[in-house]
Amino acid sequence: MDKHEGREAAAMRFDDPWYDALASGWGELDGTGTPAHLVPPARDAADRKISAADIYLEVQRSPAFQEVRSRYRRFVVPATLGFLTWYVAYVVAATAAPGLMSRPVAGAVNVAMVAGLGQFLSTFLLTWAYARHARLRRDRAALELRWDTQELTRLSASVPGPPSGLAAGSGEAHR
Amino acid sequence: MNHGHQTLALLLFSAFVATTLAITTWVSRNRHGSAEEFYVGGRLFSPMENGFAIAGDYMSAASFLGISGLIALFGYDGMLYSVGFLVAWLVVLFLVAELVRNCGRFTLADVVASRMRERPVRIASGTSSVTVSVLYLVAQMVGAGSLVGLLLGGSSGAAQTWTVIGVGALMVIYVTMGGMRATTWIQIVKAVLLMAGALALTVLVLLRFHGDFNQLLTTAAQRSGHGKDFLAPGLKYGGGWVARLDFISLGLALVLGTAGLPHILSRFYTVPTARAARRSVIWAIGLIGSFYLMTIVLGFGAAALLGSDRVRASNAAGNTAVPLLALDLGGGNGSTGGTVLFAVVAAIAFATILAVVAGITLASSASVAHDLYASLRSRSRRARPYSEVAVARVAAGGIGVVAIALGLLARDLNVAFLVGLAFAVAASANLPVLLYSLFWRSFTTRGAVWSVYGGLLPAVLLVLFSPVVSGSPESLFPGADFQYFPLQNPGLVSIPLGFLAGWLGTVISSEPPDRAKHAETEVRSLTGAGAA
Repeated sequence: MDKHEGREAAAMRFDDPWYDALASGWGELDGTGTPAHLVPPARDAADRKISAADIYLEVQRSPAFQEVRSRYRRFVVPATLGFLTWYVAYVVAATAAPGLMSRPVAGAVNVAMVAGLGQFLSTFLLTWAYARHARLRRDRAALELRWDTQELTRLSASVPGPPSGLAAGSGEAHR
Repeated sequence: MNHGHQTLALLLFSAFVATTLAITTWVSRNRHGSAEEFYVGGRLFSPMENGFAIAGDYMSAASFLGISGLIALFGYDGMLYSVGFLVAWLVVLFLVAELVRNCGRFTLADVVASRMRERPVRIASGTSSVTVSVLYLVAQMVGAGSLVGLLLGGSSGAAQTWTVIGVGALMVIYVTMGGMRATTWIQIVKAVLLMAGALALTVLVLLRFHGDFNQLLTTAAQRSGHGKDFLAPGLKYGGGWVARLDFISLGLALVLGTAGLPHILSRFYTVPTARAARRSVIWAIGLIGSFYLMTIVLGFGAAALLGSDRVRASNAAGNTAVPLLALDLGGGNGSTGGTVLFAVVAAIAFATILAVVAGITLASSASVAHDLYASLRSRSRRARPYSEVAVARVAAGGIGVVAIALGLLARDLNVAFLVGLAFAVAASANLPVLLYSLFWRSFTTRGAVWSVYGGLLPAVLLVLFSPVVSGSPESLFPGADFQYFPLQNPGLVSIPLGFLAGWLGTVISSEPPDRAKHAETEVRSLTGAGAA
């Protein structure tokens, strides 16, 4: 349940007017509760959207994120191409080359049986390899990025903004 | 099938129904009625629980009875299904599970809508999700009906009708009362039962052959009447180029469809983090992989111990191979062991169907309420959470009625075909838009909408003009002939069309892609920042 509220609160925070808040001098008017009415709501909403977007664009450009993304892609792209090729080759061979597939290997076990069980084996191995790669090479960096991104949005949220009712309302409006 | 089996099977099945209803009541005793609770069970399941639930959602009666039966009849060609159903999980693990968990809240459309204009995208994705779910539901209902027919011996039409209605009513009760929490526990219980049952039978088969797999294969080949050919591909899907293309088409649909099944995608939202989603998929791959390995042993075991002819004599499609095998392993007809094992297997098959239909009903009611209703209702105000849940409950009832009606209409269609069709539509309409949204920087709203309809419409139309619907003695309308497309499974054509339409819609799009939204999707998908 608090996850749910977290999401709502987060969605709200993303939309906070981080840059414009400082520019319009809300920082000095801490705690008075009046500044909200200084900016018309329509412009307010547009500005918030830009600032939320800026945080994500900034994170996307950061070397830390680029590194996480390239680590993910360097594993996933070749692995996906590999297993899809291996699977399609298996299916096509089963339909187009039954002679090859029925060649005996050991006892009653033939090439087709070895290939089929090989698909099971390769699936298990790739699952293990992916889990290991993600755990060792990606999880920590991703968690730090998550923390940093949420910290950025939290910082922008801690700048006094309009009363929360208004923020939630306009947040809903353009979602 | 004598009377003892039936009574015991019905008793066991009633026990399962009672247990699941008890779970539903217990789970719903202090529910809050929020969307978070109803759709995703509060997102608090552990990876192991979710892994079992995913396996329970995925391993249908078609797998348990159908694949083993196909192996018992056609040998190696049946095994190709097992391989496709498992390899598909690598697509889910690598490309979908974690990213979808981070980007969405309840449904597939959430992921796409987060970076596009919400309304058209939600309507498109919602429509295709409901289509896939209903096709898959009908397959399970038809399976339930024919299973009862088999158990009660012969073609008791009334019994089949009442089974379909009963299964439909039960699934609506589970979903409306218990939501995701009850559905998940039912799936966990079912997955444990199914794995235990399959394991027991596999051990018994291997004991018969003193653990010698080679001996098992040789005996199966001898008793099948096909000799060595039984162990090589080609018995079912040999023949002309049309049959071969059809098989490749099915193979593609199986491997790409899983990642587009709405009820599988919604399972990733029931755990707290992307890491938990990954670990639940790993659990699921372990369970599903072992299960399909066991179906191979069971299929060849049925061929070796019963002979293909006896299997075919009981049911032409091979669906009774496993129950018959259980009877034989327990000591044969009339023995106590045989009776008990047979009844246990039958009850597990029922349980399997109930759990799967509950999962699909929940996912499709989420699509109706969260995507379609919320978008179509009004542009000015979003539905408030509790009213959305109310809509979802009503939708579950409506979907139940539709599934019952279609299940009764389609009860003579082949179950495996219907499942293959649902997978083909999922792979054509849902997978392209999902992958493009997650990975393609320049993807636009028009691309998203085109990609959904560009996969969905060809898939459905090609089926309408396929030999399944008309033009051959086995089709739905054997009298009519408007068959213009030779393949039974549309995947080979409609999956590339879905991807092509998405690309085309994007490049001719008048609006530029939204870089900021793409940045948000990408950062969120890989880091989990701001995830629900």
